[in-house]
Amino acid sequence: MTRPEVQSLSIGTVLFALAACLPFLSDAYLLSIGVTIAMYTVLATSWALFSGPTHYISLATAAFFGLGAYTTALGIEHLPYWLLLPIAGVLGAVLAALVGLATLRLSGVYFVIFTLGLAELVRQIITWGQNMSGTKGLYVLTAITEEHIYWQLTALAALVFLTGWLIARSRLGFAVRILGDDEEVARHVGIHTARVKVLLFMVPGAVAAITGAMLAPRYVYIEPAIAFTPMLSFQVVIMALLGGTGRLWGPIVGVIPFTFLWEAISGTFPNQTTLLLGLAFLAIVYLLPNGFTGLLEAARSRLKGAPA
Amino acid sequence: MDILFTGLLLGGTYALIALGLNLQYGMARVINLANGETLVAGGFGAYWFFTAQQVPPLLTVFLVAPLAFALNWLIYVVVLRPLVKRAKSRGRIEVDMILTTFGLSFVAVGLMLALFGGDYFSYSYLARPITLIGETYALNRVTAFLGAALLCVALWLWLYHSRTGMSVRAISVSPESAGLVGIDVPRLAALAFALGGAITAMGGALVSMFLTLDASTGVIFTLKALIIVIMGGVGDIRGTIVAALLLGVLETFVATVIDPGLTLASAYLLFILILLLRPQGLFGRSRT
Repeated sequence: MTRPEVQSLSIGTVLFALAACLPFLSDAYLLSIGVTIAMYTVLATSWALFSGPTHYISLATAAFFGLGAYTTALGIEHLPYWLLLPIAGVLGAVLAALVGLATLRLSGVYFVIFTLGLAELVRQIITWGQNMSGTKGLYVLTAITEEHIYWQLTALAALVFLTGWLIARSRLGFAVRILGDDEEVARHVGIHTARVKVLLFMVPGAVAAITGAMLAPRYVYIEPAIAFTPMLSFQVVIMALLGGTGRLWGPIVGVIPFTFLWEAISGTFPNQTTLLLGLAFLAIVYLLPNGFTGLLEAARSRLKGAPA
Repeated sequence: MDILFTGLLLGGTYALIALGLNLQYGMARVINLANGETLVAGGFGAYWFFTAQQVPPLLTVFLVAPLAFALNWLIYVVVLRPLVKRAKSRGRIEVDMILTTFGLSFVAVGLMLALFGGDYFSYSYLARPITLIGETYALNRVTAFLGAALLCVALWLWLYHSRTGMSVRAISVSPESAGLVGIDVPRLAALAFALGGAITAMGGALVSMFLTLDASTGVIFTLKALIIVIMGGVGDIRGTIVAALLLGVLETFVATVIDPGLTLASAYLLFILILLLRPQGLFGRSRT
């Protein structure tokens, strides 16, 4: 490891240790916001691991999340909670692999369209299954508190950052960077582009499913309409792009302000959240094509470029 | 037999909606994810004119069309064209278009929620049975189908038997070559986009005669229309119509035999089959 790497690794460790101390402030509101921020940090960062370099906009987050929430809801009666998280991860990765195999050989548009309806598709199938078996919603009654969820999510976030960092250093990460720049070139130098994309897409799939499994105890009562909110997918896309996907820590820069904005708007004008999503999309395309991190970097290179 | 005919009736209206999208995606080369909202807006128009002004939906179709045409033309020229101009690569345009039209679709949903509220809206028009070849159907479904079929034929005649129609098809095949033979590509792309919006809105007015809509159902129609267009082949009119009828029949079959809640699942089944077996579309030739 080089010196800057050691440096950023230790800064990251300190920041995570600080973040893990939030529950000791024992402020219920702060903690609830903290859980939301930690959740979106996990989702947006893992989203950007795939969609950042490949430019494939994935709208499947809600599908994976709901799948994970249902894993906990269905399994909590039969299996210990700690076993359910890896199971959810595997299920999410399998679903991602299936979606990837069907669509990632083709152009990005097919992928976007497919993932757009994926949450709704899984929701319809689960609703149908519930109608067949005669059950309605499911109760998730555990001793898990808000603090526990927060720590779990923070640990998962650390894991996601570590994964991202390791991928960037691996052959896979190298292949993805070439692929993102020019798919034609990647194919010519012998990169199996479809396999790389499918492998990489399994990361956000697994992570979002685990996140859903972790948050199920918070909802207590799980039904399809709660577990599969399509809004979630779009919020994650906006937060990640707002922060910028060029850097591993980019999405978190979007998550924090957007979470507060969202809380404020949905508190005062609950019917205008859709409008907010729409305006955020437009703002990203026209004003912030590279996100906040893009702005920062442009400013920094301008400073460097200017004679001191 | 009943399923087949009901399915074909539904498929006919889907065909019209998907043709609207195909004009935008295949000809103007904009993947418009706000297409479903245009449809819902057309439906709202029909609802409002019928309940408040007693204008029958069949007439509203012609009131909605020019409005949607003007609005979509404005969107293309003001919002979308600058993206094409500033972009450095084809891939960047695609991503920007997807994000922008998503944004537009959410803005549209938000505005419609603010104006009309989140309730379902439906009205009763021509809701009486009609008997055809020994089976009974709802008259409004039959009327909507006939209206859609008529508009499809008109569109086909325009595309294949008029000079402008030919130019529009030319820009769909190759915008670069079309420019070389003196076709004003930017103007025609805007025209195709606006016309696609007008057709979708007309489809929405027709659909609202027999389906219940609400402000946020647009995305389901966008999805179905996209699946139909991909299945039929991008830019392929004949393929779109065949694919739409196929989807209509399959959806009706699944809804009556298995469960009405699984309509999107049936569309996805077709979508997956197409992606795995014929990603170039039903009648498409494989492109390398």
